[in-house]
Amino acid sequence: MSDNAYEAIIGLEVHTHLMTRSKLFCGCSAGFGAGPNENVCPVCMGMPGVLPVLNRHAVELAIRAGLAAHCEIAPESIFDRKSYFYPDLPKGYQISQYELPLCKGGYIELPAHSEGAEPRRIRLTRIHMEEDAGKNIHESGASLVDFNRSGVPLVEIVSEPDIRSADEAGAYLRELRSILRYIEASDGKMEEGGLRCDVNVSVRKRGAAEFGVKTEIKNLNSFRFVEKAIEHEVARQIDILEAGGRIAQETHLWDPVREVTRPMRSKEFANDYRYFPEPDLPPLRVPPDLVEAIKTAMPELPADQRARFVRELGLTAYEAAVLTQDRDLGAYFETMLAAGLKNHRTAANWVMTEVLRVVNEAARPLADAAPLAIESGELLKLVETGAISLNAAKTAFAAMCKSGKGADATVAELGLAQVSDEGAIAAACDQVIAAEAAKVAEYRGGRDKLFGFFVGQVMKAMGGKGNPKVVNEILKRKLSG
Amino acid sequence: MADSKISVEQVRHVARLARLELSAADETALQANLSEILQYIDQLNRLDTSAVAPTAQVGEAGTPMRDDVIANRPDPEAMLANAPARAGHLFKVPRIIE
Ligand SMILES: [Zn+2]
Repeated sequence: MSDNAYEAIIGLEVHTHLMTRSKLFCGCSAGFGAGPNENVCPVCMGMPGVLPVLNRHAVELAIRAGLAAHCEIAPESIFDRKSYFYPDLPKGYQISQYELPLCKGGYIELPAHSEGAEPRRIRLTRIHMEEDAGKNIHESGASLVDFNRSGVPLVEIVSEPDIRSADEAGAYLRELRSILRYIEASDGKMEEGGLRCDVNVSVRKRGAAEFGVKTEIKNLNSFRFVEKAIEHEVARQIDILEAGGRIAQETHLWDPVREVTRPMRSKEFANDYRYFPEPDLPPLRVPPDLVEAIKTAMPELPADQRARFVRELGLTAYEAAVLTQDRDLGAYFETMLAAGLKNHRTAANWVMTEVLRVVNEAARPLADAAPLAIESGELLKLVETGAISLNAAKTAFAAMCKSGKGADATVAELGLAQVSDEGAIAAACDQVIAAEAAKVAEYRGGRDKLFGFFVGQVMKAMGGKGNPKVVNEILKRKLSG
Repeated sequence: MADSKISVEQVRHVARLARLELSAADETALQANLSEILQYIDQLNRLDTSAVAPTAQVGEAGTPMRDDVIANRPDPEAMLANAPARAGHLFKVPRIIE
């Protein structure tokens, strides 16, 4: 394969909704689920004579995002008009930020998935604020427009061309979503358009200093599509170059059905947005004490939590990375530990296997699908004290997911408690030894392998509830005696 | 920089961006009109502004901000009152071909 002779240069532009109650420039609800054109007013409909008034909370959330991504927050930034005609854009321009964005520079650090690996830093160019457009519904013969999303606050997060593969783009998006959720700036739900992505891709011969000609892939709305579109586009560009061709600088759309990118019909003047400062909005001035206040109130970020899980709890880099993919997951794990668990890695693996399984199977949020974290913790505590086996804990967990009952009640109800009582176990051992005299003789004659057989028989006699550790000890003592 | 002049091609380009259909007479008139505006800018450019910071807006205060509260109640009928065409509570426009 000649593919290895090339490297991909990828930059991402991510748009995400900010979690405000009202829109960016008017008092309409920014919520989902309303009927068509219920959350609209003359401002977000672009009626003549109206004036936009900036939502303070949206600015604070954008600053929070900027600080979380290590950006510099501009003390003064300005809004611009980006002009184009489309039915979902009632003013004929979108209020955005162009030359002087709110946040500049910064970076996103990707988690290292293996021990000792250096975390990768993807630099950011900027984060700026803008308003969303409405929604077109295409029918035969007409298009229908709903302006409920028109004027909903967004940030656009623009990366430098630092990403080198489809996998890395996926890792970047997951980390970005995780950060936005940790700081409660965005819920990052792609299916509701809460996170949308445009991708810039070019390829060059490995070691070459100059970038190749790039293409842009527009409006990808799932992480999987982003990864697939990049893989497809990189392969397409390499094929063209290998055949002696040239890459055309053009915009592509991802076709999720055929899994290919195809060039957008080039709209004349499509990129002539004629940005100019929005005359209706004076400059956005951010006082330094506001930035300081937001910094002080900032919750722990996924990267910090990851580092702490490794340093203080002894998790592997991989375990820490999985648990911090989602704020709820990390919180679930920490609440479990509050039950007084000593074995942190067992708890981590419990979250990664048992808890994630039920979440995925139920396809519902963690809080709905899994038992309360403290009950999960109590359950593992019973395993740590030897009251139940790990297998019994899994059985109890499955029941708890359905019943919503606590750990102790479920274990009692299902009779899962292990028998650790030495008298009961000794009696079972005596019974087995008496019944299997021939095998006992063989064992004592040197067939050590038979030990497992005896353990099995004792467990069977005890209905599977014998504490394996105690059974082993007593059995060994009795057989040798 | 004196005598900035706009070509008729530039007039057509700007008109197309603004979705304006111009007659030949309009084009000639606008070419003169827009050129005059640019000549006025040329006049301003003669001032020495080397000691003045680039200014997009005048006024000392930053943009005012509002609290994040929902102040509008749904009234789709009022919003659609002047719509030339509608389908239920949706605005209806000629089909957009992508
Ligand atoms: Zn509104």
